[in-house]
Amino acid sequence: MKQINTDIAIVGAGSAGLCAAIQAANTGAKVMVFDENHKAGGQLFKQIHKFFGSREHRAGTRGFLIGEQLLQEVENCGAEVHLNSVAYGIFDGNTLGIVEGEPHHETHYAVKAKKIILAGGAKENYMAFPGSTLPGVMGAGAAQTMINVNRVLPGEKIIMVGSGNVGLIVSYQLMQAGADVLAIVEGAPKIGGYGVHAGKIRRAGVPILVSHTILKAYGENEVEGAIIAQLDDHWNPIPGSEQDVKCDTICLAVGLNPMTELAYMAGCQMAFIPALGGHVPMHDEHMETTVPGVYVAGDITGVEEASTAMEEGNLAGLSAACALGYIDEAAAKEKEAAFLNRMAMLRSGEFGERRRTAKAEQVAAFHNYQKGIGVKDGE
Amino acid sequence: MENKGVVYTGCPSPEELANAPGVPSAARLAKGPVAVIECVQHIPCNPCEAACPFGAITVGDSITNLPVLDVEKCTGCGTCVAACPGLAIFTVDMNYSETEAGVEFPYEYLPLPEKGMVVDAVNRCGEVVCKGTVVRVRSAANFVNTRVVKLAVPKQFANEVRSMKRLPRA
Repeated sequence: MKQINTDIAIVGAGSAGLCAAIQAANTGAKVMVFDENHKAGGQLFKQIHKFFGSREHRAGTRGFLIGEQLLQEVENCGAEVHLNSVAYGIFDGNTLGIVEGEPHHETHYAVKAKKIILAGGAKENYMAFPGSTLPGVMGAGAAQTMINVNRVLPGEKIIMVGSGNVGLIVSYQLMQAGADVLAIVEGAPKIGGYGVHAGKIRRAGVPILVSHTILKAYGENEVEGAIIAQLDDHWNPIPGSEQDVKCDTICLAVGLNPMTELAYMAGCQMAFIPALGGHVPMHDEHMETTVPGVYVAGDITGVEEASTAMEEGNLAGLSAACALGYIDEAAAKEKEAAFLNRMAMLRSGEFGERRRTAKAEQVAAFHNYQKGIGVKDGE
Repeated sequence: MENKGVVYTGCPSPEELANAPGVPSAARLAKGPVAVIECVQHIPCNPCEAACPFGAITVGDSITNLPVLDVEKCTGCGTCVAACPGLAIFTVDMNYSETEAGVEFPYEYLPLPEKGMVVDAVNRCGEVVCKGTVVRVRSAANFVNTRVVKLAVPKQFANEVRSMKRLPRA
C-alpha cells in the first residue's frame, strides 16, 4: 500500500480540525486533513443562528458564515484537505489508514505523520421508547441537516424531546423552515439550554414542558402521534397526566457522545466524565493524549460547542507544530495564552461551570495517569 | 400560572426582569425610546456592547457579566436589537403617540410582515395580548438578515408585547 509522509495529519475537517490545520500550516508545517464528508466545515454549515461569545470568538456571526471564513483560511494556509476520505484505523508508528474517493472508485493509502490530531467530533444519543423506530423519529441534528443543508422539511408538526441548546435551537430553526413545533418535552425539572434560546421559542408560542417525557410514538407506517406524560420527582410518569399529541415528526435532542473509536484504537487512556458525554481521552494542557504524538481537539475530547472546539483546535494545531519546531516556544506560549484565555471565557458563568470543572478533571486524570496514580476508569 | 423564572418556563419572571441591569426603570421608559435588554443569565456573550453606537451598553472583561444599560446615553435607536445573538433586546417608545407605544423586536421568520399590516402582538410566552400595527420593518447589512420590526400597540401593553404571531406560510 502506498504510504504518504506528512508532518501533521488531522482527522476531521470540522470546527476543531480546520482551526488546528490553519494554526499548524501557518507555521510552515506540512498538514493533511481527512474528512469522510464531501464538504469540509463539520456542523458549522448547519448553524444558521448567530454565535455567542466575544468578537475573538466571531460572536454575532452566523455559524455557516464562520464555516465559510474557515474554508477560506484553510485554502490560504496551504493545508491539504482530503474529502470523501475515511480514516478507518490508526496503527503503530502514528500511521493512519485512509480510504479516499466515491464508492467503487476508492484509493487506499497509509499516512505516516509525525503528529496526529483526532478531531472527529461527536454523535447524537438515541432514546428508545415504544414506537421510536417508526419513520418520523429522528435525531435533532438529522432534522437540522435536512432543513439547513438539504432544504427539506422533515415534517410539519413536530415534537422536540430535550431542551438543551440543541433542542431549543433546532426547534427555532424548524419554525424558520416553516414547520410548527407543538411542544418541547424535557424530563428534567429545568430547561437545559440558554434562557434566551428558550425565550424565542416561547415567544413563538411553543410550550416547553419540563418534568415531562414521551411514553410512546404511534402510527401505522410512520409517526402519527405521541403520548406524553408528566414526571414526578423520581422521574416516574404520573398516571392520568398522559396527553395525546398528533404529530408527524419526533426529534430527539438528548445529548451527544464523543466519537472516540480512533482514540481507543491508538491506545489513548480514557477517563469516564459524564459531564463531557462519557468516555473521553485524557489529555494534557496542550491537547496531547497519553499516546505521544497523538492530540485531540473538539467534541472528541468532551461535548461542548463549536466555539470551544475551534479554540481547542487552535491549541492542538499550535502545540503539534511547536513540538516539531516550526514555531519557537516563546511565540507559541503567547498564542497559547490567548487561546486558553478565550476558552476560559467560554467556560465561565453558570452554564460553563460544569464543563470547566470536568475539563480540569480530564487534565488532572492525564497527569495522575502519567504519575501512575489514580486511574479511575477506562482501563 | 406563576412564573418561577426563565429556567422553568423559558420566560424571564417579573423579578428577573426587575433585577436585570439592562432593563430601564418606568421613569426612564416614560421619557421616550429606550432599549430593554432582557438578558438575565450569565452566558458568555458580548456583541451588544460593541454594537451600541453611543457606548450605552457595558458588559466588561468578563463576558458572562449581564449587560448594563446606561439609560442616559441610550437613544432607543435599536442597533443592539439586531446584534443580540440571543434575540433578547427590544426597544420601547412610550411616547409613540397619544394612545400607542412603539415596541421593536428582532424577527427571523418568513413571510416577513409589511408596514401597515395589523398583526397579533404576543407577550413573552407567545400569548396574543392585543393587535399591533406594523409601523416599520428594518433591515441593514450589519443585521445579517435579522429584521427589526416595530409595532404600535396600546400603551398599556408596551411592557408585555415582545413579538408578533408568525404569519401563515404563503
